[in-house]
Amino acid sequence: MTVWLRERSELGVSALLLLVGLVVVVDSLLGSVAATSSDPLGPHAVPLLVGALLVLLAVLLARDVLSGGHGEAEGGEDVDLTVPADKRTVLLLAGVLVATAAAIPVLGWPLAGTGLFWGATYALGSRSVPRDPLIAAGVSLTTWILFDTLLGVDLPGGPLMGVFG
Amino acid sequence: MIDSLNSLMGGFAAALTPGNLLFAAIGVLLGTAIGVLPGIGPAMAVALLLPVTYAFDPTGAFILFAGIYFGAMFGGSTTSILLNTPGESASVIAAIEGNPMARQGRGAQALAAAAIGHFIGGIVGAVGIVLLAPLVASVAVDIGAPDYFAIMVLAFVAVTAVLGTSRVRGFAALAIGLTIGLVGLDPISGQARLTFGVPQLADGIDVIIVAVGLFAVGEALWVAAHLRRTQDEVIPVGRPWLSREDLAHTWKPWLRGPFIGFTFGSIPAGGAEMSTFMSYVTERKLSKRPELFGKGAIEGVAGPEAAASASSAGTLSTMLTLGLPTTAIAAVMLAAFQQFGIQPGPLLFVNEADLVWTLIASLFIGLVLLLVLNLPLAPVWAKLLQIPRPYLYAGILFFACVGAYAVSGQPVDLIVLLVIGGIGFLMRRYGLPVLPAIIGVILGPDAELQLRRALQIADGDWSTLVSTPLSIVVYLVIAVLLLLPVIRRALRRDTDEREPAAR
Repeated sequence: MTVWLRERSELGVSALLLLVGLVVVVDSLLGSVAATSSDPLGPHAVPLLVGALLVLLAVLLARDVLSGGHGEAEGGEDVDLTVPADKRTVLLLAGVLVATAAAIPVLGWPLAGTGLFWGATYALGSRSVPRDPLIAAGVSLTTWILFDTLLGVDLPGGPLMGVFG
Repeated sequence: MIDSLNSLMGGFAAALTPGNLLFAAIGVLLGTAIGVLPGIGPAMAVALLLPVTYAFDPTGAFILFAGIYFGAMFGGSTTSILLNTPGESASVIAAIEGNPMARQGRGAQALAAAAIGHFIGGIVGAVGIVLLAPLVASVAVDIGAPDYFAIMVLAFVAVTAVLGTSRVRGFAALAIGLTIGLVGLDPISGQARLTFGVPQLADGIDVIIVAVGLFAVGEALWVAAHLRRTQDEVIPVGRPWLSREDLAHTWKPWLRGPFIGFTFGSIPAGGAEMSTFMSYVTERKLSKRPELFGKGAIEGVAGPEAAASASSAGTLSTMLTLGLPTTAIAAVMLAAFQQFGIQPGPLLFVNEADLVWTLIASLFIGLVLLLVLNLPLAPVWAKLLQIPRPYLYAGILFFACVGAYAVSGQPVDLIVLLVIGGIGFLMRRYGLPVLPAIIGVILGPDAELQLRRALQIADGDWSTLVSTPLSIVVYLVIAVLLLLPVIRRALRRDTDEREPAAR
């Protein structure tokens, strides 16, 4: 049973489509604004259609998977599909992103960005200690200066502001 | 015709100002680097640059983007030839003939055939834009809401039904994109849709964050899960050059490729992939030495590479004249136009004539820069292939986060970015194409607006949707595209006995 399910994990995609489709349908049915003469279609017709489309596609996809069809995983020059998916790396990277989001308001971009770059290289398997953090700091600081001064995009400097500002 | 030439001259005058020249130069250099580098394609690069371009004027931004587009085509063939793994899907064909050439010590000739091919293809393609685009625009200038709606439906159906192997998965991707595009306040009635009472969702999900999430974060996570731990060896190469005998074999493919490329690039039929493939098949058929194909035939590099750059020009002309994106990068550029509040389409040549003609002129300038830079710099570009992968993908994630944060200045957008990146990851895992999704996000809200506007003008009479000749033609094309597999199946049943090996 578990093997059967694992080989058909694509049914999960179908389930997700169904779920999203139902949410879209319910959300548009709950809407209060009706169509008027100046807007014959109203704000809910198109979402209703998209929701119905999602539900229909969920059913069609499930039928396709059950009759032996499967989506082809995307290849690429750095992609080796013969090895099983490395979940640990992906989760680590996701964790680094969440940590960065939390760190920006506290530490500012130069430091949070350094952590982001270094964390990502670490998650991807690089362990070169003086080099990785130095490159991370260099990239982060350069980007911050470039964005803040040249492009006029406001990135918070954090505590380092005092040092460089 | 004369008008076009005059406008083009004006465009050159504007494109040759130091600022715009700088944008063109940065664009082609960045584009070449991106084309050479694995894992990062032109669509991702433009998506990553979208937040930055807020600081520029639109003309400069589009010169930069066009430079990246053509540069990436140039650079992609370098990777294909020197390292049997194509950098972009457009340069798959270049690997078939170019890599064997490099293995035989003829890498320099392969690079030269590709670079000159790209130059000729790009120039012919750009001339094609100059001649055809104003013509299309002048014919299409009166089109109204029903026509716009029909063209957008065509965009949805074309990228979904023509490309990819599975239609169900293509349409599923499209529906996901349309759903993301629905989030936020309805622009006509102000009704909140799919916001679930979260105030941050009222403005919708910024299209930049969707593009960066799907293209950059999704790709980086997907590669991270399957990172190849052994690197292929890069074949060392000198300065590209061609002998007289090579030239005798390449000049005809160089001239044939662009016409195939421009045609297939301008219709929604697979962009550069289809163009290079068709050019390759043509060259193999016309060659006096077909036995060499697959073992390093220089014609098989020259023709398809010329077709690749010409197809970029074809894609640009369709995007500018009809607002119809036929490839991922055209879709992202369309998003950029929307960010600047410019509507691509027939009126673009009237309303934004200066911008369009400066952009077109800068294509010629960019192509000259590319040729001048790439022939001598090829060995340097090849060195880029040795960049350690952890730095490359960490860099992609880093710039994705900077871009997403710069859009709104809210850390929570990094979480939205991660969620959309997760969707991009799952799509790659389960073979849902990314292109229909991004086109759904970018064109979906516009299509709904045009549909409702059309019905509004016609007092709710649905027949207004097929009230113009253009819309009827477009719906017929859509019907053909949808029915194509059925027709093909019927035909195949007839020929099955004669050609059992036919695909």
